[in-house]
Amino acid sequence: MSQVAETPTSPERPSAPARDGDHTAYDGLRLRQVTKEFAGGFTAVRSLDLDVPRGSFFALLGPSGCGKTTTLRMVAGLETPTSGTITLAGQDITYAKPYRRPVNTVFQSYALFPHLDIFENVAFGLRRRKEKDVDRRVREMLELVELSSQARKRPAQLSGGQQQRVALARALINQPEVLLLDEPLGALDLKLRRSMQIEVKRIQMEVGRTFVHVTHDQEEAMTMADTVAVMNGGVIEQMGAPAELYENPRSTFVANFLGQSNLIEGRVVQRAADVTSVDMHGIAVSVPTPRVHTDSDAGWVGIRPEKVLIGPPGEELDAPGNTIPGGVVSDVSFVGVSTQYLVRMPWGQELQVFSQNTGRTRMFSQGEQVELSWRPEYAFLLDRSQDAAAGAAERVGG
Amino acid sequence: MTSTAGVAPPLDVPGTGTGPTPGAPPEVPPETGRRRGKTGYLLLLPGALWLVLFFVVPFYSLVATSLYDPAGSDFRGYEMTWAVGNYVDALQEYWRPMLRSLWYGALATLFCLVLGYVLAYAIAFKAGRWKNLMLVLVVAPFFTSFLVRTLSWKLILADDGWVVNTLQFLQVLGEDGRLLATPVAVVAGLTYNFLPFMVLPLYASLDKIDPRLVEASSDLYAHPAVGFFKVTWPLSLPGVVSGTLLTFIPASGDYINAELLGSPNQRMVGGVIQSLFTDANDYPAAAALSMVLMVLIVVMVLLYVRRAGTEELL
Repeated sequence: MSQVAETPTSPERPSAPARDGDHTAYDGLRLRQVTKEFAGGFTAVRSLDLDVPRGSFFALLGPSGCGKTTTLRMVAGLETPTSGTITLAGQDITYAKPYRRPVNTVFQSYALFPHLDIFENVAFGLRRRKEKDVDRRVREMLELVELSSQARKRPAQLSGGQQQRVALARALINQPEVLLLDEPLGALDLKLRRSMQIEVKRIQMEVGRTFVHVTHDQEEAMTMADTVAVMNGGVIEQMGAPAELYENPRSTFVANFLGQSNLIEGRVVQRAADVTSVDMHGIAVSVPTPRVHTDSDAGWVGIRPEKVLIGPPGEELDAPGNTIPGGVVSDVSFVGVSTQYLVRMPWGQELQVFSQNTGRTRMFSQGEQVELSWRPEYAFLLDRSQDAAAGAAERVGG
Repeated sequence: MTSTAGVAPPLDVPGTGTGPTPGAPPEVPPETGRRRGKTGYLLLLPGALWLVLFFVVPFYSLVATSLYDPAGSDFRGYEMTWAVGNYVDALQEYWRPMLRSLWYGALATLFCLVLGYVLAYAIAFKAGRWKNLMLVLVVAPFFTSFLVRTLSWKLILADDGWVVNTLQFLQVLGEDGRLLATPVAVVAGLTYNFLPFMVLPLYASLDKIDPRLVEASSDLYAHPAVGFFKVTWPLSLPGVVSGTLLTFIPASGDYINAELLGSPNQRMVGGVIQSLFTDANDYPAAAALSMVLMVLIVVMVLLYVRRAGTEELL
């Protein structure tokens, strides 16, 4: 990190008196070695390191109890870390009181004030800070979330989706450095959730602020966020752009939790700079070396079901490289856009295959002999010591 | 949802007398359920019968008695003479204990509110797993009779008791200062006896408040003190209103505390009514005085409830 002094990162705070070297240059939200232990010895978050760039839409994704909500609450100031530091735009806020930090939260189940009308709910933060122009600003904000006509209603008189937008408006109007969203869409039904995801994303682009979104719904995280951090057991398993996480998972947990994966036992035969050869139940397959995430020879060959092609035995499929013969279709489910097959392999394992209904290939029926294949560049190799089923049970929906 | 956040889910504590309104005013019948047909009315029947027998009939008799000829007696019988003068006489003679009753009742209610709010707040938000035990302790005094408890206060506040001795030693009380037979003792007794009636509705109200609302106020730049007055207090108003009513009404009509802990100078109107009925056998005056007390309380309650803004509370 260069020591160029006075990077003009935060114009509203000209010079923070105590700058601890490493934090100064970063204008986003930074967590370093943050640990939270609750009374009774339960460790919710372990030595967490996290950088959330300013202006990004960041998702913390993980199953119940993975520590994502605790992380969020520590950033909000509602919990105090046992150790570690949290800095925001170069300022240490680890122990700052929640009402003193430029961070606002959209709470799970919204926590709207039931005794105040929508207008006063949204105005709450501005009034506490004795800001000017409350009327105009609240009206503008209500317009942004399309609730102008509901200003004088009580929260209980609104629908779930409307309450959700009030909660968003109430937090956003304070122009926080970071907006925290704690599973804000969890209480909505599927259809409404989809439209709110697009809505929240639109608002984030419009206001250009940093959003940190906590969710256990992998689809929601992937649709909305620029960067997703997958959390499990109090640590971050992997972090990156949604496509990167999905296409190149580094652990079985990520492979299963973020969409589905076929994981097949394999043994590394030869490692080269670009391609690693793997013996998979007697079949030689190759995996691009950058997608090999284990140092040991025992691994799991991973492939996403939609990357697997299915065809009759002996037919040349459009996937030179990895061809696995000897499969028998054991289950077929037609879901319209695709057909999902379960194929029993000679070594007893059932693999999943999603086949797009392009009309170019015929459907296979139960008991038919088939051959599977995939392009080597889609495969990945994970460490065998990891549980092949990790994360599968916690996954939401498909 | 992660359970790691340390936020206790809002538990509904069943039983243990936490029901908000054990002695709720019975005069409000449930909404007439138009959709429900006859069942609703049938369910109302036992309560209505009870009220007719033990409220409407006695009330009618009380009103009638208050208008009997004051010259009547048990020997000569009573005549209905529409003697409105009974009211004038009763007020002229007993306006002091009447006002004193309302004043002591109001003071006791205020002290109950302050003590009870702190207690109920602590039970609702800070007691953790001791919640139920603390609620039982609040109700525990009811296991002994009201009279016994008040009599024991007489011992505690006695002239040679340790409380008076200590206060004398600390120069709070003079050499021959005393507590018994003073307004302090009476108001203290009332406060003590009616505190549970304040605590329980307050607790019921406070316990319903989602702790996340307080967190939200803090997240929205409210200092905890500001958050209390902007969020917790307004949301606890239903409990404050029902608690003050449940305390003020019985406290201002009470006479045991004044009789046992006070002197004739602290006599409350309940005591006057009692002695008119049982000692002087002056039923018309006693009935008239009862009516006046009742009307005063009803008027004050109506003004209060209107002032507190019922539609905000319900």
